[in-house]
Amino acid sequence: MKLVSNLCRGAAGVTLAAFAAMPVWAQAAATAAPTVNKGDTAWMMTSSVLVLMMIVPGLALFYGGLVRSKNMLSVMTQVGAVCALAMLIWVGWGYSMAFGDGGNAVIASFSKVFLKGVSSSTTAATFTSGVAIPEYVFVCFQMTFAAITVALVLGSVVERMKFSAVMIFGAIWLTIVYFPVAHMVWGGNGYFFSMGALDFAGGTVVHINSGVSALVACLILGKRIGYPQEPMPPHSLTMTGIGTGLLWVGWFGFNAGSALEANGSAALAMMNTFVGTAAGGLAWMLAEKLMGHKASALGFCSGLVVGLVAVTPAAGNSGPLGAIVLCSVAAFVCYFAVTKLKPALGYDDALDTFGVHGVGGMVGAIGTGIVYSAALGGPSADNWMGMAAQLKVQFMTVGATIAWAAVGTTIAIYVAKALTGLRVSKETELEGLDIGEHGERAYNY
Amino acid sequence: MKLILAVIKPHKLEEVREALGDISVQGLTVSEARGYGRQKGHTEIYRGAEYETNLVPKIRVEIVVEDGFAERVVEAIQHSARTGSIGDGKIFVLDVEQAVRIRTGEQNDDAL
Repeated sequence: MKLVSNLCRGAAGVTLAAFAAMPVWAQAAATAAPTVNKGDTAWMMTSSVLVLMMIVPGLALFYGGLVRSKNMLSVMTQVGAVCALAMLIWVGWGYSMAFGDGGNAVIASFSKVFLKGVSSSTTAATFTSGVAIPEYVFVCFQMTFAAITVALVLGSVVERMKFSAVMIFGAIWLTIVYFPVAHMVWGGNGYFFSMGALDFAGGTVVHINSGVSALVACLILGKRIGYPQEPMPPHSLTMTGIGTGLLWVGWFGFNAGSALEANGSAALAMMNTFVGTAAGGLAWMLAEKLMGHKASALGFCSGLVVGLVAVTPAAGNSGPLGAIVLCSVAAFVCYFAVTKLKPALGYDDALDTFGVHGVGGMVGAIGTGIVYSAALGGPSADNWMGMAAQLKVQFMTVGATIAWAAVGTTIAIYVAKALTGLRVSKETELEGLDIGEHGERAYNY
Repeated sequence: MKLILAVIKPHKLEEVREALGDISVQGLTVSEARGYGRQKGHTEIYRGAEYETNLVPKIRVEIVVEDGFAERVVEAIQHSARTGSIGDGKIFVLDVEQAVRIRTGEQNDDAL
């Protein structure tokens, strides 16, 4: 069985941590009477709420600061509302589709719909044989991943998409895109997982997935009125800066939490989330300087987020030096994607979700196949020998995630269009979505 | 009575206020404004998107004084707000028809 070979390969070292949680292991470990460690449990509970902090208020402020002041509340409301919606859908059928018992390579099963069979005494396996965490904690941790991913997608469609359409899109997108991709990459019998794809904390599932979906969604939705002739500068880079800080801090739950235990693998992920991110922030400003511009605050924030994105799949699969190089390269590539590619192609990815999360996620996911090598300080048992094979798996996973996200998003967007229409009226768009969609203003001086 | 309306660089406000204090100006009104004259705007870049900003931030100061006092006020502002570079701003002097102190109902020069 493929899973067994993965288990064996992983058992050689921290490689096991290369894969996020797999409920299949819960069954395997059940025979060995798994023990629940209080330290692991406390860390995973902490990690879950750290990821929530990344969304509200982290992502809400990061995105909110980047739009014009007339749309601030609509962004914060959309991010918060799809996050809340994702939580309910997750316990409804998401957890079961991604991590339920049995199923096939694409989705698990509907055996745990509405958390059937999950109780305070059931457990989910970790990467250490015989060690488990309470299943509710695993459900909560993975729930926050679904919530942030759907919220990330909204970055490309802000300032013009109807609130009702956002909610419908979110529900369908989670069901047909996120849950299957999460299962394929992280499920014990998932398609990419069985191939041995490396994705420590969600480079493909969260970032490529959200980035590509954001691109497809904004292409179907169309440009904002006035784009790109009219100036649309961010209304508060202070808010964006605060949001960036909250994202960085919260990301330790996201990355180090993906070890599922409070151990050395989590420590490696933590280390890389410090230095990879730092390298990304500085590299973006360096790219600006080399292109003859000033090193900017928004550039620094953008580079930090690219660093976080790129280090996500690599967090427990790379040495610190590998992470620094990977995130620096990602920052340069994303800088050109955002400042050159987007204007050249003319799409209106308003907050650069594709340029930062999609492109950064691809560089990270593919680069993980390189920095994983022991020759570059990674935790793999192989030096150069396994790299080509690993890269092939990484490329296939990235390609398949792109295709799945593109097709699924197209379906979800058109369903939303048929039910509610996608765009607000021209008057609402010009006046701002805060007044038009929510009847409030962000700032009453 | 004269209304002295000055548009100055924001960082010069404190110096102007002190200079006006030195010649015993009783009160003034300040508001944030944006505008342009000979001074060119500047370029802002957000993730590669370049915006020419023509309207630059300014401070507008309004003072109403007795006719004979206006010249000294203008002089004080001109000296204190000057940096010597383009964009220092302008001073306008206008006639004022009537002034009323709301609390007491005093009129014109008494109201200043």
